[in-house]
Amino acid sequence: MRGAELRNHERELHRFQVRVGIAGVMVLVAFALLAVRFFHLQVVQHATYAAKADENRISIVPIAPNRGLILDRNGVVLARNYSAYTLEIFPDRVKDLEATIEALAELIEIQPKDRARFRKLLAETRNAESLPIRTRLTDEEVARFTANRFRFPGVEIKARLFRQYPYGELASHVIGYIGRITARDQERLAELGVEANYRGTDFIGKSGIEASYQHELHGVTGFEQVEIDAAGRGIRTLARTPAQPGNNVTLTLDIRLQQVAEAAFGERRGALVALEPSSGAVLALVSRPGFDPNLFVDGIDPQSWAELNNSPDRPLTNRAIAGVYPPGSTFKPFMALAALELGKRTPRSAIHDPGYFIFGERRFRDSKPGGHGYVDLYKSIVVSSDTFYYQLANDMGIEAIAGFMAKLGLGSRSGIDLEGEAAGVLPSPEWKMKRFRRPEQQRWYPGETISIGIGQGYNAYTPIQLAAAVAAIAANGDMYRPHLVSHIDNLRTGERRHLEPVLARRLAVRAENIEFIKRAMAGVNQEGTGARAFAGAEYTSGGKTGTAQVVGMKQGEKYDEKRIAERLRDHSLFIAFAPLESPRIALMVIVENGGFGARAAAPIARTVLDYYLLGKLPPALQAAEDDWPNEGPD
Amino acid sequence: MPLDAALPSPRQLAARLGEGLDRTLLALVGALTLIGLATLYSASYGAPERVSAQLANLAVALAAMWIAARIPPQTLMRFAAPAYLAGLALLVAVALFGDVANGARRWLDVGVARFQPSEIMKLALPMMLAWYFHRREGTLRLADYAVAAVLAALPVALIARQPDLGTALLVATAGFYVIFFAGIGWKVLTGLALAGLAVLPLLWGLLHDYQRRRVLTLLDPTLDPLGAGYHTIQSTIAVGSGGITGKGWLQGTQTHLEFIPERHTDFIFAVFSEEFGLVGNLVLLALYTALIARGLVIAANAATFFARLLAASITLMFFTYAFVNMGMVSGILPVVGVPLPFVSYGGTALATLFIGVGILMSVQRHRKLVQT
Repeated sequence: MRGAELRNHERELHRFQVRVGIAGVMVLVAFALLAVRFFHLQVVQHATYAAKADENRISIVPIAPNRGLILDRNGVVLARNYSAYTLEIFPDRVKDLEATIEALAELIEIQPKDRARFRKLLAETRNAESLPIRTRLTDEEVARFTANRFRFPGVEIKARLFRQYPYGELASHVIGYIGRITARDQERLAELGVEANYRGTDFIGKSGIEASYQHELHGVTGFEQVEIDAAGRGIRTLARTPAQPGNNVTLTLDIRLQQVAEAAFGERRGALVALEPSSGAVLALVSRPGFDPNLFVDGIDPQSWAELNNSPDRPLTNRAIAGVYPPGSTFKPFMALAALELGKRTPRSAIHDPGYFIFGERRFRDSKPGGHGYVDLYKSIVVSSDTFYYQLANDMGIEAIAGFMAKLGLGSRSGIDLEGEAAGVLPSPEWKMKRFRRPEQQRWYPGETISIGIGQGYNAYTPIQLAAAVAAIAANGDMYRPHLVSHIDNLRTGERRHLEPVLARRLAVRAENIEFIKRAMAGVNQEGTGARAFAGAEYTSGGKTGTAQVVGMKQGEKYDEKRIAERLRDHSLFIAFAPLESPRIALMVIVENGGFGARAAAPIARTVLDYYLLGKLPPALQAAEDDWPNEGPD
Repeated sequence: MPLDAALPSPRQLAARLGEGLDRTLLALVGALTLIGLATLYSASYGAPERVSAQLANLAVALAAMWIAARIPPQTLMRFAAPAYLAGLALLVAVALFGDVANGARRWLDVGVARFQPSEIMKLALPMMLAWYFHRREGTLRLADYAVAAVLAALPVALIARQPDLGTALLVATAGFYVIFFAGIGWKVLTGLALAGLAVLPLLWGLLHDYQRRRVLTLLDPTLDPLGAGYHTIQSTIAVGSGGITGKGWLQGTQTHLEFIPERHTDFIFAVFSEEFGLVGNLVLLALYTALIARGLVIAANAATFFARLLAASITLMFFTYAFVNMGMVSGILPVVGVPLPFVSYGGTALATLFIGVGILMSVQRHRKLVQT
């Protein structure tokens, strides 16, 4: 046996050496093939190719397409293009950049922030032909440079299209902004296999609709065959395939409603999401504070960037989809629905609320010290009894709560057509197991279930999730995926593509139960915690206030007594829908550190509903009515 | 050892550092690298940062080679299965959680940076197969080749699914080389080749649109004048216009009028060919031939079956890279993302190649330690 194996060894060694020989021959054959090809190209056809290289004065110059417009549901332009002159430096052709910029600065005003931006672009952009040192030149500046052009080889004036956002901060998180294509963007484009279509394009959508609909907005790059001289300068155009402009994207958002909503926030931080319950169309999506997307268009200067990026108010975060907050008492209608569906409560179930709930040795206090006395399911929502929901949560158990809330979409991304959505946290024993490392932290304690019932504890949801859940109640259990785009127009063919609403799921809930919850929410606005904010409303509505405790400070924030006091105040929340009978709008408002839900968030909801349902403008905006920027596509 | 030897002179230090590094391989790879740097300088005319960046890449790659050259094949063998399994797990992770960069899922985000696990497989697969055959040495049967084929097919399929056809083909070739050198029968091989031809139309159906476009573009470059076709048209002109002696260093018009896209990376051979002509090309081919010959000699003299198979397949990997790249630039192969070994700009590929050289050196150094 061993002898046979040894012989096999020898045979395998021999065979290996033969194969190495064969491989060597194959390599020689393959390389000979290459040598023949080289000989063919470089000797036999050399004259042809030399002539071609010599005549290779035909440069294919890409023509970047015009970016599509972004419009609101009424055709108001939210993002458009305008043409302007820029002064551009070709870094490869300039010997001494600093000296050139100094000399240019004597002719044309170049501010320190222009220089900073240029240096940043120079460091970040790969393989860029030319980079702007000054944008938006005046006619006079153009004339002055042209007269001195001979002094500046490698510096040229270019006419470029710029993106402009006429409304500035308004809806900045929805619209987003564009910025220069970075090395990483380039990689992505290459992997998609569309890099050829981006030759000649310098900008790409970085956030908001500009990013999520980038490929619709971009268009098809055209090209021009240009005859060039030996130095690479264009002499004349030989042929031209025009670029096809990008598609226009029309949103479901109403910019007027958005303005009313943002104005209602004033200087306060927070978010608002308003949906059409019957389709999931986003009518307004607010995240305050905002930022001016126009700052990003020519490449943001480092100072403005640092201000936006380091501000404790985090203006660049889209709170409506990426901010996670405990829902506070706005959680109660969903809890009540779960209780009815799971048979844990009936509309007639009632308790006595002494102002606290005892669990083991712990006492969970009600927000109203003396309690609300006799409380049934209806009253529990209208007056927002905590004790009722402490007991209910304890009776239901965490698994049942988590199971029901998952169906409402809480704790999972809504699927809205924006990038950067957060999932939030739907607390459950499984979640805790995954979230924590140490065994004692991984365990779910029954006491933790109690505060879940009033929307505190580990509960953390995004405003869009809560808005979608309210919309589902308003639409009797139909849950549409929230979306921002209504239709997309191809300008060349005139074709219009509608983005149909997507029914994400249909909640299996009994009609009378949903009807009950709606009635209780109507009660909130008539006789309950929302009554003050909705006094004298000329339409019916349902609502629920919420107050969410701010747990603690984030690490690394600066200690500032005044600010901390303000930032530790509770968040103010409100959910609502209207009109009661056939809801046309459902919304969720959060005012960070706004205190009681009824005080800060509910009046904002009222203002928004007043405008959407009645066309009523708040007094402050009434005065500014005539100063609206241009309207309609241009 | 006498005590005063504790402080070695620079000469001794150099000798000790160079110990175990095969001089022939070092000289050949060094020559190729110098050609690469010179061409890179020309390709990035006016922007020497790229040359210094490549020098930094080179330093890392050399260090990796130095370490690899010090790991005996015996030790390397123990890493074969773990490396392969880790690579496979990472590929599955990419398929499940990888960054989808607009339709292609090939990147894994590991906090600091994203990386492509498929790169690991270029060395891990040949190691794994060589290890497998080594264990079955002397008792190899047809079933073993089938097992090896499955071991190779798993990562290839995962990479092809990403989709990254170019890398999938390279990894598949690496696997094939090991199976070939392990001695699979000619009849089986011929049968497989025929079967392969038969499923070719089927494969066509599985290709993504952009992959089909690349193949079609090879047949008719004018189909895609802004993309891959433009590359082929312009690089062929660059090669052809180079003539016998070339236009001279820094004198290539195709290069400096910026007609050659990706002239630092995959198409650097067009720059070289334009400026150094047929003579330069033949010198380059000669260098690669010598490198491959040296590698095959090392493989033939290796101590163990594992070392033989690994050394031979790594050597042929160099060949594949060089052949596919030069074939693509001179317009006889489709445009796939394969760098010209030791010449193209890029840190990852350079590191993989130099680790391969390091393994060859180690095999050469340990050729007499264990004789079977």
